[in-house]
Amino acid sequence: MAAGKPGHDVVRQERWSRLMAAAQAGDRASYEALLRDCVPFIRAVVARQHRRPDRVEDAVQDVLLTVHRVRHTYDPRRPFAPWLAAIARRRSIDLLRRRLRAEAHEVVDEEAYETFADPAANKDKEAADRAAELGLAVAALPEGQRQAIELVKLREMSLEEAARASGKSAGSLKVSIHRAIKALKAQLKGV
Amino acid sequence: MAEATDRLIERLAADAAPVRPLRPPALRAGLWLLAVAALAALGIIAFSDLRLFAERARDPKLAVELAATLLTGVAAVVAAFHLSLPDRSRLWALVPLPMLALWIASSGYSCYRHWIAVGPEGWEIGESAHCFVFILSAGVPLGASLLLLLRRARPLSPLPVAALGGLGVAGIAAFLLQFFHPFDVTFMDLGVHLVAVALVVGAMSLLGKLPPRRAAARLSGL
Repeated sequence: MAAGKPGHDVVRQERWSRLMAAAQAGDRASYEALLRDCVPFIRAVVARQHRRPDRVEDAVQDVLLTVHRVRHTYDPRRPFAPWLAAIARRRSIDLLRRRLRAEAHEVVDEEAYETFADPAANKDKEAADRAAELGLAVAALPEGQRQAIELVKLREMSLEEAARASGKSAGSLKVSIHRAIKALKAQLKGV
Repeated sequence: MAEATDRLIERLAADAAPVRPLRPPALRAGLWLLAVAALAALGIIAFSDLRLFAERARDPKLAVELAATLLTGVAAVVAAFHLSLPDRSRLWALVPLPMLALWIASSGYSCYRHWIAVGPEGWEIGESAHCFVFILSAGVPLGASLLLLLRRARPLSPLPVAALGGLGVAGIAAFLLQFFHPFDVTFMDLGVHLVAVALVVGAMSLLGKLPPRRAAARLSGL
């Protein structure tokens, strides 16, 4: 399970068993020394399921919490490393399962990919959004105002051409455009 | 990240109150079984017709069924205690299965012999209802006490531990039932027994799914 020479392993096993027995009796210094000593071993076990370093560290912490919760299930007459390895392996696999389950329910938001952290980078998208808003606001205007705006401002006709096309006087078109622009300004300011 | 691990270790060490290591699982299982045997012996002496039982037990088929239920119960209880610990083989879960197969086969054979008891009202369920109530009412105190002991180990996967415990309780209840059940099982009986066993296993599994996580929740709130 663990790397290292067999002789070294035996010494370490005995040391760990001794420290854990002391920890069970309430010796905090032994417990802290044991946990610090075990972290590389735990990391090696969980690294089989998790690749990203932050996830490995999450799993290590989860294993440490579990070890703490079930520390009374260790029998000091038995070797410590298999007990620890079993906990590490099972918690690590549980964590992986939970993550896979969570990821299966995640939704891909395509819009999110088009939005950037830097506001300046979003100006193309925002310009398109504003044009769409303006279109909607124009469509919502009273018929006379909408026609005046369309002819004079969007199709860029002169007042006379627009008067001929609409059958209204140039004066009334002017008034309609004035009111329409006022209404659009008021509506788009709120957005 | 490693700093957070360091802080966690300090936190855990500060919280390390003394704990009493659990005794070996076989010993814990043995003590529970002994207590159950003592209580059951009292009940049998007080309420069952032992002479009738002795006569019926001469039938090798019933003897096989008795042995199968008792062995399933004992094996499942011992296995549950082992499985509740993190470092014991997962294969313990398979230990009661051969005995369970023998139990189902022997009950099934008896059903084949008797098929269905048809009375004036159609299928007779009166005696089965009695068994159903017996298995459930024996199962509740047995199951509750066993679950309390099994949960002391705070099993990493509580579900299989509780399910095995439920099988153990159901096996023992079915064994004890034979002392108060002066007839062979019919097909209906077997169905009723199976439903009762499934209920005990299901209820234990459900209860076992609620592990005590208070300590972990408190400590992980870093």
